[in-house]
Amino acid sequence: MIEFKNVTKQFGSDSPVLDNVSFALDQGSFVYLVGSTGSGKTTIFRLIIRDLLPTEGDVLIGDWDISRLSKKMIPELRRRVGVIFQDYKLLTDRTVFENVLLPLQIARFSNKDAEIRAEEVLTEVGLAGKFDKFPQQLSGGESQRVAIARALVFNPEIIIADEPTGNLDQDTSHQIVDLLEKINDITNATMFIATHNEKVVEQSDARVLNVHGGRVEEKRAGKRKTKKVTTPKEENKKEEIKDDKVEEEKKR
Amino acid sequence: MHLDTVAKYIRRSPYQSIAATLVMTVTFFAISVFALLTIVSAGVIEYFESAPQLRIFFKQTATEDQIKELQKQIEDTGRATSVTYVSQEEALKIYHDLTEQDPILLELVTSDILPASLEIQTDDPENLNEIAAALDGVTIIEQVQLPQDVIDTIISWTEGARRLGIGVISVLLIVTMFVILTIIGIKITVRREEIEIMRLIGASNWFIRLPFLLEGMLYGFIGALAGWTLAVGLLLYETPGLKEKLGDIQVLPLSPIVLTELLVAELLFAILLGALASYLAVLRYLK
Repeated sequence: MIEFKNVTKQFGSDSPVLDNVSFALDQGSFVYLVGSTGSGKTTIFRLIIRDLLPTEGDVLIGDWDISRLSKKMIPELRRRVGVIFQDYKLLTDRTVFENVLLPLQIARFSNKDAEIRAEEVLTEVGLAGKFDKFPQQLSGGESQRVAIARALVFNPEIIIADEPTGNLDQDTSHQIVDLLEKINDITNATMFIATHNEKVVEQSDARVLNVHGGRVEEKRAGKRKTKKVTTPKEENKKEEIKDDKVEEEKKR
Repeated sequence: MHLDTVAKYIRRSPYQSIAATLVMTVTFFAISVFALLTIVSAGVIEYFESAPQLRIFFKQTATEDQIKELQKQIEDTGRATSVTYVSQEEALKIYHDLTEQDPILLELVTSDILPASLEIQTDDPENLNEIAAALDGVTIIEQVQLPQDVIDTIISWTEGARRLGIGVISVLLIVTMFVILTIIGIKITVRREEIEIMRLIGASNWFIRLPFLLEGMLYGFIGALAGWTLAVGLLLYETPGLKEKLGDIQVLPLSPIVLTELLVAELLFAILLGALASYLAVLRYLK
């Protein structure tokens, strides 16, 4: 799903931030990216969303080579890849609901469809009842949930999260990681999470990549398998099918 | 959706928006005043062009008999529909009527210094030139005033006003462009982070640019509407006085159709100007 092939990224004449890096992430995998500050984690993420271009090598997202992507296709790529930031990057003059609605409006969803989807995804991340709040009125954990909901609205194939627990206390960090794992289980989206939070990484059995000195090494091969979890919506659908079958049998 | 965003942008920096609208208003007030002046002077010129009238002013030495003799000769040509004699006393009376508001001017003039004249009307402007040619060499005549002379004077004044107007309006348009460009530029700079977030969540360049373009167009629309309203209001307020001064020349009040056409043209131009200034700002600050 994500593949870096011999990628080098150099800014000006400084030594390369990434030096001939190669790695691949499968569809649906849950992978942590660890490394010290300035090691190149954010550069990897910026390459994935084509905020940067590699100096050498190829970055493949599915079947798209980001270096060959036309400018017009960049917004399309960014709808395939949901992004979550440490500082949430919410628009402060818009409500929780409007923040989640915005990407759908950008993608020209009809008002009705956009509202239904925003409501659905906000409920999924546990923010029902907070729709009309502004970001300033939310706790760190709640703000991060809004950012997660915004990243989820298009059912992206990939979700990248840059230090999603960086501004949160330990308990809230665990809640956020649990939520991301749940989303991975439900949607089968590839999760790529950069973090400094060692406890979070230790308590997980996910794969871990380490960025150090411009290289990316496999720190731990993960054992985590996606568990198929049904959403309340899917549960309802199952119930409806079951009821229909009972009705049909009764008729017979 | 974009209009909501524009409303938000304006609400967040109202003083910048007021400044942008005011500068547009001043520019379009000047454009409206200039346009109205042009329309009125065109009406005046048209009046003189369509009024076949000729005036002959006589020397002080010319006697009434000599003038009456000439009047008869002109009437006999059959080219004039009327030939009216205006004596020095009658000329003084006309002068009194025109200057009754100003007693000092009244005291300065007596009938001796005003020339007697003949006013000749025809139904065809072609006849005027022939009559004027026939008067060539008549020694008692001081001056023959053809409508073309009046038209030339008006055109020369209008041309002067036009040059001044174009100069002032050009400067105002350039100032307006730069003010709008700078204000939109400041707004873009203030919203840099917000724009970055929008890009990261998949907004295209045009999705980000459009609210700024609409904002510039809105300033143009409001500014032109306000400028036109002020200028037309001023004209309507001054119309009774101007009508009196213009006498037989029926150019005022201006037709509502003409005023509406002027408004539509100004609105279109202002919207285009606002869009152009914002577009330049967007190109400069939103790369």
